Amino acid sequence: MSKNYFKVIRAGINTTFQDKGRDNLYPIGIPFSGAMDNRNYLISNKLVGNSSSAPVIEFAYQGPLLRYFGDKINIAITGDVNFKLKKGNEEIIGNCYESYLIEDGDEIDILSTNKSVYGYLSINAKFNINFQWGSCSINTKAKIGSNHGEKLNNDQKIEILNININQSKKKLDYLNSKIEKIRVIKGTNFNYFSDKGKRQLFENEFIISKLSDRMGMRLEGEKIENIVDTNIKSEGLIKGVIQVPADGNPIIMLSDHGTIGGYPKIGVVISADYDKLVQLSPGSKIKFQEVELSDAETLFKLYEMETQNLISQIL
Amino acid sequence: MIKNISNLGDAALYCDFGSEVNKEINSEVIKYFKTLKNENIDKINNLTPSYNKLIISYDLKKTNYKEIKKIVENLSISEKENLSTKTIKIPTCCENSYSLDIERLEKKLKLDREKIFDVFFEKEYFCYMTGFIAGMPFLGDLDKNMHAKRLETPRVKVPKGSVGLTEQFANIYTFESPGGWNIIGNTPLNIFNSNKEKEPNLINPGDTVIFNRINIDEYKNYNE
Repeated sequence: MSKNYFKVIRAGINTTFQDKGRDNLYPIGIPFSGAMDNRNYLISNKLVGNSSSAPVIEFAYQGPLLRYFGDKINIAITGDVNFKLKKGNEEIIGNCYESYLIEDGDEIDILSTNKSVYGYLSINAKFNINFQWGSCSINTKAKIGSNHGEKLNNDQKIEILNININQSKKKLDYLNSKIEKIRVIKGTNFNYFSDKGKRQLFENEFIISKLSDRMGMRLEGEKIENIVDTNIKSEGLIKGVIQVPADGNPIIMLSDHGTIGGYPKIGVVISADYDKLVQLSPGSKIKFQEVELSDAETLFKLYEMETQNLISQIL
Repeated sequence: MIKNISNLGDAALYCDFGSEVNKEINSEVIKYFKTLKNENIDKINNLTPSYNKLIISYDLKKTNYKEIKKIVENLSISEKENLSTKTIKIPTCCENSYSLDIERLEKKLKLDREKIFDVFFEKEYFCYMTGFIAGMPFLGDLDKNMHAKRLETPRVKVPKGSVGLTEQFANIYTFESPGGWNIIGNTPLNIFNSNKEKEPNLINPGDTVIFNRINIDEYKNYNE
């Protein structure tokens, strides 16, 4: 047993270890998983001086309450997150995008994500956890990844190894901007839908349903009418695909999605907007805007440059 | 042969081999899949073969649609790629507690249960693809008299090991999962094992599957 560890006092709603995820496993039915909001994942690691692929704790809505035991470590939290640090009798209101020193007996209380879904906690050390197919990412459906493929539980311990002691305080000025519209490329079954249905996709507002998780985001709105067939022969899926089943309500595939599906694909969310998409919380409204492939490729390059620029500002 | 290549979003190529589902078309898909897999192209993140489509996901940081399309168009397909396949026997118990939808099938197919089991266990099945959930094999083709639609309301939990039928296909639920297939039996065999990172799937595309019927005692005493 390592002498440095977190005790999980309260696990939170959906708290898992995540990293960059796994490639090349779609053919056997395993999705890529990994941190949902890649930009916030990368920033959280840089704030504690980690490599860009290090494991972090991802939480959704309400995060964990952790008590730390051991030698000093640095932590950082990213996203739009309300959290407190308890040091003895002192309580500090935490700021995202800023590293903090944590000492023996201190508590990190991640109260909530503010009008968003996911947040990230990184440390300047290693979590003592297992890897499967080169990734710690937990997929609770297939029970794959670290922590036996399960969410974190109350009262469990998380051992910490290899603390990086040469670490200064780091900070980034960054605010998660809200997105107006999610941009979409027409899907391979776009013509399965009526002219009215096609217009609705780009003109109507949809509401994000409570039945959304790391696998998929369900939308509610005026039903999109299918005029060809409500089923296709099952075929591969990728993240961002918008499927419309017989009930006419779109479902967007997210990072833990089933690898094969049999519903028509009306569109695909562009890569540049994926991090912002996953942060839209149930009850909020979403509107789509059509873009062409060449624009989507350019928009991704710009998004990626912006991410790298943010990371390079952290010294 | 690929009939048409298009883009699925901005980070995947959608290769269409036709609209029918048969062994010939599926074997073409698998040949492309295996050739690309062996090429081990760093820019490609994932390949998803299915009945008559192949989806190639790529890393948009390193490449784009045009470049990957060119790679696929210029690929020389090795005819040998489809040879390494196995025949796998799947012990299956059809006791009442396992054949959850047998009454529904009797009504829909207008056959009595013993006839359904006889027809089902008689045939050999071809694995077209694996996926949806980890390791789930999609097997075909069922006898023409055995085609039934999915359940109107899918089950929230289908037990692990369940053998299900839908239209011309059979599948096996590798772990407990939601699902809408007509369940006729259950296998004690572990079809997906995440501890075997190299070969987690017992059944892979191109393999042949034979179901053999076992009774409840054999099921309970089954040892892999």
